[in-house]
Amino acid sequence: MAAIKVHGSPLSTNTLRVLATVYEKELDHEFVLVDMSAGEHKKEHFLSTHNPFGQVPALEHGDLKHFESRAITKYAAYEFANKGTQLIHQDSKKMAITLVGMEVEAQQYDPVASKLVWELGIKPLVGMVTDKAIVEENEAKLAKVLDVYESRLAQSKYLGGDCFTLADLHHLPTLHYLFGTQVKKLFDSRPHVSAWVADITARPAWLKVLALQSQQ
Amino acid sequence: MAIKVHGALFSTCTARVLICLCEKGLDYELLPIDMVAGAHKQQPFRSLNPFGEIPAFEDGEVSLFESRAINRYLARKHKDIGTDLLLSNSFTQSALVETWMEVEAHKFDSPSSVILRQIIVIPKYGKAPDQQVIETEMEKLGKVLDVYEERLSKSKYLAGENYSLADLHHIPPLVYFMKTSKANAITSRPHVSAWWNDISLRPATVKISATMSLL
Repeated sequence: MAAIKVHGSPLSTNTLRVLATVYEKELDHEFVLVDMSAGEHKKEHFLSTHNPFGQVPALEHGDLKHFESRAITKYAAYEFANKGTQLIHQDSKKMAITLVGMEVEAQQYDPVASKLVWELGIKPLVGMVTDKAIVEENEAKLAKVLDVYESRLAQSKYLGGDCFTLADLHHLPTLHYLFGTQVKKLFDSRPHVSAWVADITARPAWLKVLALQSQQ
Repeated sequence: MAIKVHGALFSTCTARVLICLCEKGLDYELLPIDMVAGAHKQQPFRSLNPFGEIPAFEDGEVSLFESRAINRYLARKHKDIGTDLLLSNSFTQSALVETWMEVEAHKFDSPSSVILRQIIVIPKYGKAPDQQVIETEMEKLGKVLDVYEERLSKSKYLAGENYSLADLHHIPPLVYFMKTSKANAITSRPHVSAWWNDISLRPATVKISATMSLL
C-alpha cells in the first residue's frame, strides 16, 4: 500500500476528524506536524502542494493529494472499504441515511458547535476573551439541534442506523472540546444523546487519537 | 411516481436537487410546500425533515433531506444513468469531486447565501440591505473565487476535465447572483466566467433555472 501522510495539527478539530478515520480503518500512516503558529499553512509551499485555502488537514496517499476533512474521510471509507471498521454502507438505502447524517453534522451541527469550541475551548487557551453573547446564542441553537438528535437516537443506536459510521465519527473532535466546557450540560440532559456520546468517545480508535494529541 | 421532491421552485436548495434529477434524466414529482403558511415548520413536513427546511425527498421507502446528501444518493444509486456526477469509475476522481463539494459547502455557500439574502430577500420584507455585511461577505467570496480562478486555469471543471456535482452544487445561488450588481465578481475572473458560461448553458441547468422565480 502506498504511504499515507496526514498533514495537520493536533489542536485542529478537522485534523482529528481525519486521524479518527485513519485509526478506525487501521491504516499505516505518518502524521506530519504543520507548524500553524509559524504560519506554515499559509506559505507558498503548503498552498501549492497541499491546500490552496491554507488550512489543515491535508492528506497524501502515494501521488494523490486531498484536502477538506470530510472529503478525506469519505475517500478513506470507500478506498479502504475492506479494511478496519466499515464507515460507510454500500447498500444504497443504508448509505442514504449515513449521507443525511453527515450533511446534518456539516450543515446543522458543526457551524454552531465550532463557534462554541472557538469561544469556550480555544480562546481561553490562547488568552483571548470569550464573547458571552455568541456563546448564549449558539447554546440555544445547539439545544435545538440536539433535540432533533435526541428523537433520532431514540429510534436507532447511531445516527446512520444500527452501526457506527462517518455520520457519528465526524462529531468526535468537536464533542471532545465541548465536553470540557459548560456546554456539556446540553448533552447530559438528553439521555439518548448522552448514551451515544459515551459510546462513540470510548471507541479504541478515538482513544488512540487522544493519546497522539497528548503526545504532541 | 417513486421520486418525490417536497420544496419550492424559488429555493436554491430545492433547485440543487432538481438539476441533479434532470442531469440523470429521472422522472420526479415536485410537491410544493407553502412556506408563507409555515408548512415547512409543521407536520406532516416535519416528519420528512426534522429541521423544518426544504427540500425533503422520497424515493419509494427511502426518505431523505439535505440537498447535498440527496444528490450524492442519486449520483451513487443511478451512476449508470445520465451524467456520471460523481465520476464513479475512479476513486481518485471521485475523491476530487468530494473535495470540491466540501469547498462549495464550507467556503462558497456561506458568503454567497448571506449576500443573496441581503440583496434579494431582505428588501422583500421592506428593509434596507446592510452594506457593511455585503462588503465583508463580498471580500470573503472574492478570496474563495481567487482560488477557483487558479483551479479553473488548470482544469475545465472544479474536479478535473469532467462536469460533476462539485460544479452543479454552485448553480442555484449563482443563477440569482448573476442577476445582481455583484455579478462582476464572476465576470471579472476569466476562467471562473468561462466555467459559469459552460455550466449555465447545460440543458438541465437551463430547464431548472428558468423556473427559479425569486428574482
